[in-house]
Amino acid sequence: MRTLIRTLVVAAGVALALARPQGFAPVRVVTTTEDLASLAREVGGDRVVVDALAKGYQDPHFVDAKPSFILLVSRADLLIVVGRELELGWLPPLINNSRNAKIQPGAAGYLDASQTVKILEIPTGQITRAMGDVHPSGNPHYWLDPDNGRRMAGAIRDKLSQLAPADAAFFAQRYADFDRRLGEAQKRWDATLAPYKGTKVVTYHRSWPNFMDRFGLQVIGYVEPKPGIPPSPSHTLDLIAEMKRLGVKIIVVEPYWSLKTPQSIASQTGSEVLVLAPSVGGTKEASDYIQLFEYDVKLLAASLKRATGK
Amino acid sequence: MRLVSRCLLVLVSAGAALSVVSPAAAQTAPPAAAGSTEAQQVRTELERLRKELEALRQQYDQRISSLEQRIEGLAGPHVTTVAPAPAAQAATPTTPVQNPPVTPPQDPAMPAPPPVAQTTAAGSKVFNPDIAVIANFVGIAGKNAMSTEPSLALREAEVSFQAAVDPYARADFFLAAGPEGVEIEEGFITFTSLPQRLQLKVGKLRAAFGKVNTLHAHAMPTADRPLVTENLVGGEEGISDSGLSVSRLIMNPWIFLEATGEVYSGNSEVFQSTERSHLSYVGRVRGYRDLTEGTNLDVGTSYAFGPTDLGPIMRDEFAPEFEDLSKRLIGVDATFRYRPLRSAIYKRFLARTELVWSRQDMPESPQAKAFGFYAMGEYQFARRWYVGGRFDQSQRVLDSSMRDTGGSLFFTFWPSEFSQIRTQYRRTNYAEGVRGNEVLFQFRFGIGAHAAHAF
Repeated sequence: MRTLIRTLVVAAGVALALARPQGFAPVRVVTTTEDLASLAREVGGDRVVVDALAKGYQDPHFVDAKPSFILLVSRADLLIVVGRELELGWLPPLINNSRNAKIQPGAAGYLDASQTVKILEIPTGQITRAMGDVHPSGNPHYWLDPDNGRRMAGAIRDKLSQLAPADAAFFAQRYADFDRRLGEAQKRWDATLAPYKGTKVVTYHRSWPNFMDRFGLQVIGYVEPKPGIPPSPSHTLDLIAEMKRLGVKIIVVEPYWSLKTPQSIASQTGSEVLVLAPSVGGTKEASDYIQLFEYDVKLLAASLKRATGK
Repeated sequence: MRLVSRCLLVLVSAGAALSVVSPAAAQTAPPAAAGSTEAQQVRTELERLRKELEALRQQYDQRISSLEQRIEGLAGPHVTTVAPAPAAQAATPTTPVQNPPVTPPQDPAMPAPPPVAQTTAAGSKVFNPDIAVIANFVGIAGKNAMSTEPSLALREAEVSFQAAVDPYARADFFLAAGPEGVEIEEGFITFTSLPQRLQLKVGKLRAAFGKVNTLHAHAMPTADRPLVTENLVGGEEGISDSGLSVSRLIMNPWIFLEATGEVYSGNSEVFQSTERSHLSYVGRVRGYRDLTEGTNLDVGTSYAFGPTDLGPIMRDEFAPEFEDLSKRLIGVDATFRYRPLRSAIYKRFLARTELVWSRQDMPESPQAKAFGFYAMGEYQFARRWYVGGRFDQSQRVLDSSMRDTGGSLFFTFWPSEFSQIRTQYRRTNYAEGVRGNEVLFQFRFGIGAHAAHAF
């Protein structure tokens, strides 16, 4: 009997040892958004396991700090965040309750992706909540510029190489490959949107400054009277007048906003409501970082063509 | 000096990056057999890289010397620069401090991003905690002979101070100023970096007994607290005491499971200790699971044990038999949430119930037993509008024959995340046969930076 037990224990031990292959432990990466997850996968390949918290079709400002997210963060080797107060309403409780020393702000496993990118709309002077939900350190929707995506991927490559130095060459090679593919795609996108440089558009929220800036489009107003403040009748009337005056024909909306006000503005100004994907996963076609731009550029170009006749 | 060492690090890493690039370039070149033209190209390429590295070196040398000059210039009592942040490391995610434009290590191929605008903050203010003030103003109209609540009152102004203490811990202070004066509602340190998925809190805390007991007044979905809380779990104050709280995540493949154990001095609205050795204890196990992407179930069971408050109450009566009596509370709670992710801004639903059993020792008689519960639901039907209802029932802690029941309907309007306007109709049938019919109005508003609430 004792021999049998001993045999079973040894067998179980051997099975456990075999179940965990030696020398290969992928870096567990948790990102707050799907854009960061896509970039982490581009750079990390099969040497990383990536989970994103917020979905691409969800407003990243308002995410529930669900305990299931605490579990993901508690197991992470690396936490990558958008930063610039985007996740202020939900990430701190997840980090505090994760019991994971590795990913606390300031620790090696915490990466704020906004530290190496181009940030727009950094407020100057005194800011108050009377201005709405102003982000004190600039607009956090910076990932919508492919050049920033490249910089973010570079930061992820450096961080992964720091955490898994043995795979540094692998990450560098994957980054170089991503950089090349992104560069090629960028030429295409620039060419597609080049004829429409300077065209004026309206967006719902201030989610698109980096995107519009990159492709030379001009945002002249917002459906929201102030960031995070729902549309008001007086502001909507002002916006309609302004759109008519400037001949604006496109209203860009994220998939998580109600289309009621944008559609009513569109019907009164003869413009078109265009639902673009603000993030990877925002729509099925935007399956990764490059596809996100493929989708948005294609839709926007078609809409611009209708609006300008070019 | 840190700046200098960081710059050196940048220099070294730039050098390392280039030295990695060179062999890679060599590897991609075709074999030598392809002819000397290619070899010549590789040589030219190497020469070019060498020159670039040299240029980079000179650039960084200049940077270092200029930074050294700046450091010397800054030496003084009031340093008005912001601490440089290494790539990716802000002091805390909640501190709205602008990081300075330290140029990160660059790919030679990548254009340098334009510098982020620099904001200068007085050095002494950089480490200030997040400060917020949240006011809770309640007005009551209608009749309730059992209630002494005033018609109009700023019931509480809660002042919070929150910040990281050091890399291992954070601290949260909540001071509540009300008509009775100022008191520490909570004030504790949380050790966030303990091994074994442990978390330790030390200080004055609202005990982890059920859901309502952990919530500050401004986080409640109603203007009041349920009858069961008023009758059995200490009302507005609840089980709030000085002590220690240890909790641990129990990892398993199925659900989020958290176990919490707490020890308190035994000095709250529920427990009153007359001796140092008479402590009170709270234990809780909480399970959570996502049912679908937009729905989840959150269940918990809690236990509290400690000296009854009868001893101190009866002390003036010289009734020693009331000392050394104990009280136990058992709680069960369940919450169901629905929030479709695609329209999370506009729609959500929450249903919650909490059941509490109380057992209290009595001198020379059987234990006093009591039971109470509430069940509530709240539905968000538009971006800023919520409607909800609650059913209440609870026996009195010392007399199970006395049972109060009640019900509430409430509407809440959120002008923004930072203010709420609520109206609540409340009907209460007290065991004495008295009936309360009231309308409550509530204004809640907050200024400053208040950390996000737990889920």
